[in-house]
Amino acid sequence: MPHPPIHLVAALDGAGWHPAAWREPGARPAELLTAGYWSDLVQEAERGLLDAVTLEDAFALQSDDPFVADDRTDRVRGRLDAVLVAARVAPTTRHIGFLPTAVVTHTEPFHLSKAIATLDYVSSGRAGVRVQVAARPDVAAHLGRRELPPVDRDAVATAPVVVELFDEAADYVEVLRRLWDSWEDDAEIRDAATGRFVDVDKLHYIDFEGRHFSVRGPSITPRPPQGQPLVAALGHAEVPWRLIGRSADVGFVTPTDAADAARLVAAVRTEQAAAGREAETVHVLGDLLVVLDDDATAAADRLARLDDVAGAPLRSDARVFTGTPAQLADLLMEWQRAGLTGFRLRPAVLPDDLEQVTRGLVPELQRRGAFRTGYEAATLRGLLGLGRPANRYATA
Amino acid sequence: MPKQIHLAAHFPGVNNTTVWSDPASGSHIEFDSFREFAQVAERGKLDFIFLAEGLRLREQNDRIYDLDVVGRPDTFTVLAALAAVTDRIGLTGTINSTFNEPYEVARQFASLDHLSGGRAAWNVVTSWDAFTGENFRRGGFLAQGDRYDRARSFLQTATELFDSWRGDEVVADKDSGTFLADPHPGAFAHRDRFFDIAGQFDVPRSPQGRPVIFQAGDSDEGRDFAAASADAIFSRHSTLEAGQAFYADVKGRLPKFGRSRDELLILPAATFVLGDTEDEAAELAQEVRLAQVSPATAIKFLEQLWNRDLSDHDPDGPLPSVDPVVGENTIARGRASVRMHRDPVATAAEWRAKAEAEGLTTRELIVEVTGRQSFIGTPQTVADTIDRYVQADASDGFILVPHLTPGGMAPFVDRVVPLLQERGVFRADYEGTTLRDHLGLPLRHTDGASAAAS
Ligand SMILES: Cc1cc2nc3c(=O)[nH]c(=O)nc-3n(C[C@H](O)[C@H](O)[C@H](O)COP(=O)(O)O)c2cc1C
Repeated sequence: MPHPPIHLVAALDGAGWHPAAWREPGARPAELLTAGYWSDLVQEAERGLLDAVTLEDAFALQSDDPFVADDRTDRVRGRLDAVLVAARVAPTTRHIGFLPTAVVTHTEPFHLSKAIATLDYVSSGRAGVRVQVAARPDVAAHLGRRELPPVDRDAVATAPVVVELFDEAADYVEVLRRLWDSWEDDAEIRDAATGRFVDVDKLHYIDFEGRHFSVRGPSITPRPPQGQPLVAALGHAEVPWRLIGRSADVGFVTPTDAADAARLVAAVRTEQAAAGREAETVHVLGDLLVVLDDDATAAADRLARLDDVAGAPLRSDARVFTGTPAQLADLLMEWQRAGLTGFRLRPAVLPDDLEQVTRGLVPELQRRGAFRTGYEAATLRGLLGLGRPANRYATA
Repeated sequence: MPKQIHLAAHFPGVNNTTVWSDPASGSHIEFDSFREFAQVAERGKLDFIFLAEGLRLREQNDRIYDLDVVGRPDTFTVLAALAAVTDRIGLTGTINSTFNEPYEVARQFASLDHLSGGRAAWNVVTSWDAFTGENFRRGGFLAQGDRYDRARSFLQTATELFDSWRGDEVVADKDSGTFLADPHPGAFAHRDRFFDIAGQFDVPRSPQGRPVIFQAGDSDEGRDFAAASADAIFSRHSTLEAGQAFYADVKGRLPKFGRSRDELLILPAATFVLGDTEDEAAELAQEVRLAQVSPATAIKFLEQLWNRDLSDHDPDGPLPSVDPVVGENTIARGRASVRMHRDPVATAAEWRAKAEAEGLTTRELIVEVTGRQSFIGTPQTVADTIDRYVQADASDGFILVPHLTPGGMAPFVDRVVPLLQERGVFRADYEGTTLRDHLGLPLRHTDGASAAAS
């Protein structure tokens, strides 16, 4: 390949990332809570040989306002637990990876660790998790474990409570990772002679003691097929980039152009080095919200029409790309030269823009030698060029 | 009309009922085992499969207990995956009310119910010990006396969350642009000693409205909890007499909670061994018992009652002459069974008397007192017995616990189920799509329109 391969992840959420997506002719808004809807989308992503899908989640209804519920009746509202959607879909697919979103602020690392390990078992090594901090006071009130103060909208990224929650998230990921390693691969021995099912010397207490919680271990679930399922996180600022640098295998960032992409990659690399992880692979993927069509004018018209239906121009934390799959391929390759190893594409409309990715963008990238022509590995780690890690507790 | 029997398949657990040393024993963790197990049960038109749960690996003598199967998957995740490879069978998960929060558990069950088309059930258990708590940020904070108070409050809160969507809010009308009929759906507020939460639940009403609720505690409080709130009880009482007594007791508690007798099903755990003849079955049953109670396992059982280290005791000799150590059980942790020994000294005396009278060694005694299989015989006698027990109100059916993973249900499904179907006491095919349909339970909707057709 003339180019290092580009990694592609499809970000699935509701009817798509445009608020008017659900009103498009191909949309299935009454089926958003059914297994068939999600299986169809992930199978489409798999036909396009994508590395993985992410599934959005939160402990609150969707809202146009990122800080509070908005009581709108003209938008998709309501959703299913993302880890369970991934588990339900996994047996209907064979190659693609799953990165469901999981809230790490109010939840138990012990539960999430075994849930993701189990997702790895039911998908035969295709699991990961996108960890997400929940700083909203109203979300905290849903769980009732603690109260969180409101944060200043203009200074979210540096608010003390947010900094604290991201620190806690790093501890949380450390516990996930230790629990995944708390069984050595060959702990199950089934030794008829001594009557022992496991070798207890190969099961490990993790004895994590942090400022926010302590967890004893070992996990109740044996080490998952990949050893360590992937950990991903999205970041728009230094504090989340630090979490990516310290804890993640995959970071999602939101560049506005190639120069910004280079800056964001450097920022993550700085945090990675500060955490002493220079030697490890951390993928930095650029997020883009995509509106694609066979010609650029049609794409722009489509976005204008969607905005019209929505009653407001599309706003997003990620750059909104409007154009043809070939133009998108140009942009991805340019941004790749800035240091990104791949992209997380947020289709404006499902399944339309996902199909533009799998049937338009992917063949285009393949022609340029920049994307796989078949699944080359059986696990998500394998697709991302990551080996199976040694167990931190193994002595031999 | 004879009573219709309800049957379920319990995935073999992490205790000595499960014989892992058998050459036919497969993985306890690979998804293929779960898939095969669930598909065999569905082939037999069983009501549901059942998964137990324990949130800390068991320990004995301060070491992880290694003689039984160790390790299991996350309950919700594996049930969601099983929904993909089955169509009709119910999916029952054991989920603890101490080490979870209502908002999370409610969205997980509502999600599972959506993703399975209305097949989710929740076995609410209350294990509260500090030993398990060490795995959780919450810690082991609950006093034993509070376990059902929290469980009641937890279930009540979860029910409020399930009911916070009526079922008619999502209209998703593309033409008018109305997605929601209600601008503020899922509103809830709950405040008591255990939970102080409020806001909006984010999962719209699922096909069953609420998952089917199971309860599995045996204490007086546990029975009241079931009579007040559960759709079904998972009990230990599988013999005719004990079953009838338990059945009468629990059904008798229903009126005090304003409920009728058919609103709560009694489903004891039951084991089985089949043979072509009675003798063959009896022989096989004895072989299985010996595999379940190895000499080493016999000593471990002894220690659980005696509450002291007996690793030097000869399993082929008589019972220990010393008495059990009374008080907190320090030898075995994370194990519900030790709590069954409510008067260890008296039980030890009974065991000694029995061993002396019948000339039993320690291991033989343990084989006897840890229970022979519930149903042993030819398919015909087992079908007869099950039907007789159900018609005699010893239960409404059974949750069958095979001793082999993953194929242990196959002989029952292939040889006993057809006989029950012939008698007209077990469904020839699924009649409805939801677990509530299979169990003949009413939909517990507040109101609304999302009921799955049956
Ligand atoms: C048949 C049966 C099965 C049970 N299975 C589980 C289980 O899988 N996980 C668990 O944590 N507790 C389990 N339990 C424990 C109970 O659900 C209950 O929480 C505990 O026994 C304390 O309540 P009690 O004092 O009323 O028995 C089970 C109990 C019974 C009777």
